[in-house]
Amino acid sequence: MSTARESTAIAVETIGMTKRFGAFAALDDVSIKIEAGGFHALLGENGAGKSTLVKCVMGFYAPTSGSVLVDGREAAIAGPKAAQAQGLGMVYQHFTLVPSLTGAENLVIARADVPRVIDWRSERAALAAFMAGMPFRLDLDRPVAELSAGEKQKLEIVKQLYLKARFLILDEPTSVLTPAEAEEVLGLLRGMTDAGALTVLMISHKFREVETFARSFSVLRRGRLAGGGTVGAVSRDDMAAMMMGERQVRTVAARSGTPDPDRTVLHLTGVTATDPSGLRHIAIETLRVQAREIVGIAGVSGNGQKELADVLGGQIRATGGRVVVAGAPYAGTRSESRSRRVRFIPEEPLRNACAPLMSVSENIGFRAFDRRRDDPEGRPALWLDKGGLRRRAHDLIARFGVKTASAEAPISTLSGGNVQRAVLARELTDPVDLLIVVNPCFGLDFAAVADIRSLIVAARNGGTAVLLISEDLDEILELSDRILVMSEGRLVYETPAAQAEVGVIGRHMAGHH
Amino acid sequence: MSQDLGLWTVPLAVLGGAIRVSTPFLFVSLGETITERAGRINLGLEGTLVFGAMAAYATAVVTGSPWAGVAVAGLAGAGFGLLHGAICSLARVNDVAVGIALMLFGSGLAFFLGKPFIQPSAPPLPAIPFGFWSDLPQVQAALRVNVLFLVGAVLSVALWWAFRNTKAGLVIRVAGDSAEAARAMGYDVTKVRVLATMAGGFLAGIGGAYLSLYYPGSWNEGISSGQGLMAVALVIFARWNPLACFGAALLFGGAGALGPALQSVGVSSGYYLFYAAPYVLTLALLVATSSPDRALAGAPGELGLSR
Repeated sequence: MSTARESTAIAVETIGMTKRFGAFAALDDVSIKIEAGGFHALLGENGAGKSTLVKCVMGFYAPTSGSVLVDGREAAIAGPKAAQAQGLGMVYQHFTLVPSLTGAENLVIARADVPRVIDWRSERAALAAFMAGMPFRLDLDRPVAELSAGEKQKLEIVKQLYLKARFLILDEPTSVLTPAEAEEVLGLLRGMTDAGALTVLMISHKFREVETFARSFSVLRRGRLAGGGTVGAVSRDDMAAMMMGERQVRTVAARSGTPDPDRTVLHLTGVTATDPSGLRHIAIETLRVQAREIVGIAGVSGNGQKELADVLGGQIRATGGRVVVAGAPYAGTRSESRSRRVRFIPEEPLRNACAPLMSVSENIGFRAFDRRRDDPEGRPALWLDKGGLRRRAHDLIARFGVKTASAEAPISTLSGGNVQRAVLARELTDPVDLLIVVNPCFGLDFAAVADIRSLIVAARNGGTAVLLISEDLDEILELSDRILVMSEGRLVYETPAAQAEVGVIGRHMAGHH
Repeated sequence: MSQDLGLWTVPLAVLGGAIRVSTPFLFVSLGETITERAGRINLGLEGTLVFGAMAAYATAVVTGSPWAGVAVAGLAGAGFGLLHGAICSLARVNDVAVGIALMLFGSGLAFFLGKPFIQPSAPPLPAIPFGFWSDLPQVQAALRVNVLFLVGAVLSVALWWAFRNTKAGLVIRVAGDSAEAARAMGYDVTKVRVLATMAGGFLAGIGGAYLSLYYPGSWNEGISSGQGLMAVALVIFARWNPLACFGAALLFGGAGALGPALQSVGVSSGYYLFYAAPYVLTLALLVATSSPDRALAGAPGELGLSR
């Protein structure tokens, strides 16, 4: 296993890459050159064409025009297999590992030359030798479904290196890692590029990461190359300006007023629960959220945040303890959430809080359709007031700035930011005493993020108790009055936001406490 | 002699019945395991089973060779699998609906084509008398094991091994658990699923051959009594594990033999209730192994009604 082929990085260049979907140009004449052994960052808002570009390079899409040069020679890449044969590999944002297979099975089956009958004894020996040269320690005998998100991410990277990728594309690789893990992973990859073994193209939103690890960068905006250069030669503000273009960005509304210590809206004591796979357990000793307070729960993905949210939303049953909202036990039923004015916005709202094929107008009406007028206490309505619902939807679409072709368009046709706006329009119109939100800005562009955070802060300023569960530490730091850290199913650290130290929070997120 | 054995005839008959009755369950459930592991549900295996029974019987009558019947039944089953797989590969087609359609189609076609073969008798499949050491006819009867049962037992071990140790086995699991991952690796998910459905149909067809050529050993329209459908439930109970399929098939076979066994020792009242044992067992097991709080462990990720 020591040919020159696998130990040298390759240069990749796109020339005039263009991809049209009908009349819409997702990618318009983009030429980027990445030197062998380079570490290149690709910046841009959501929908700027970053993933379209890398999918064209990887052969997922056939570009409308333009070509890819690998080591200076034009390469016809017809699909992921062909890309793999050229030494190109990509780590996707959503995992491509097979959940029920073990790590070892995932690695072996991904290889192009799997023998008909797998000799596990020799494969295992080869894997052990390979892993000895890898920067990460991983248990390859466990099914991938049992791994944490961070472990999966590492396994994805290991898989690409196992497949002898010499050019590696990373799509927002650190979104599921702790700050320390991100540092470790990117540092090791940077080391490999410095040694000339690998070329890296990283899609990222995080300037700090780009400045620390990348050597050069390009910015895409609306499918066009908006700029680029050497990292360090361009200021953060200039990079942001390249991404955003000439556009006013709303800043997050400031918090005003202080939490009301006399009104504890949400109070959990001794809550335990287990997720449907039976693998993850949570044990929350105590958690309080007061009126006019945002409590942020930080943590690395897969440390029990989802299970906590599912208990509060009524998706899974708590096996013990008490959830109390406004002085009475709460199990997340519709009548309870209505009478206690609790609103729950799960992560990935299109999947978890919408009926994707129903219209925007209908989705906005989910809270209001079964009662008369807008009266939360009103008698249930038997017949739908279609006209009323439509008027209400039109009003909310305008007020919350939901961009949609029409109120009757299926909500799945909207961009992520507009789906979230529509969901917030539905949930925040009536008076709300308790708002539980999970990863509200995941995968949204800057403008949408600012909008949505402003709405959450405005609700808090109006007296709502907000429980914000987020994997984005910056979001937690920006919005919270009080910060809790969740690790391995427990709340392990608490600090007022004013005294929060990122390093301390990061250590607790990583489980060092 | 049977008086000497007394109540011992019941467990003995249940054991014999388990071996005799379980074979179709075993073949259909192994076939369905392959199909479901690849991400498709084929409910049409009941129809495939009945058609396989007819095809095997007719072939054996015409050629005089029961093994030719088994081969034809398997091929016919693979044909049904191909049909199911191909139709399900079209956009916006639901595999459960297609399965139900093919179940009715397979049974109906078998009745139509099989009419002339109800009367003639076909040569049966050979059995091996493992009970030769005993003088008791009950023991000898219970231990007459058909060759296909042994083939099925070996097959379940072989499949269990193949799902872990062969490329084909891993590719099937990948296709069934994450179509996206399979595509990213450059495998043709549709092709894998069509082939897996064909393999499933092939085995179900052989299960049908056992019905008509060994036990009960004749061809008529009531030959299957829903065993193909029960075998699909059995796959879920066995958690898509071929070894567990073998155990589950024996269990279902034993339950099926309970009614006749009790009748033979003179239990004259309520034995019809025991004829329902396999069906009650199906329901009871599915309820007992379900949970409102736990996801089904081992379920292939691509199975579902929502595609």
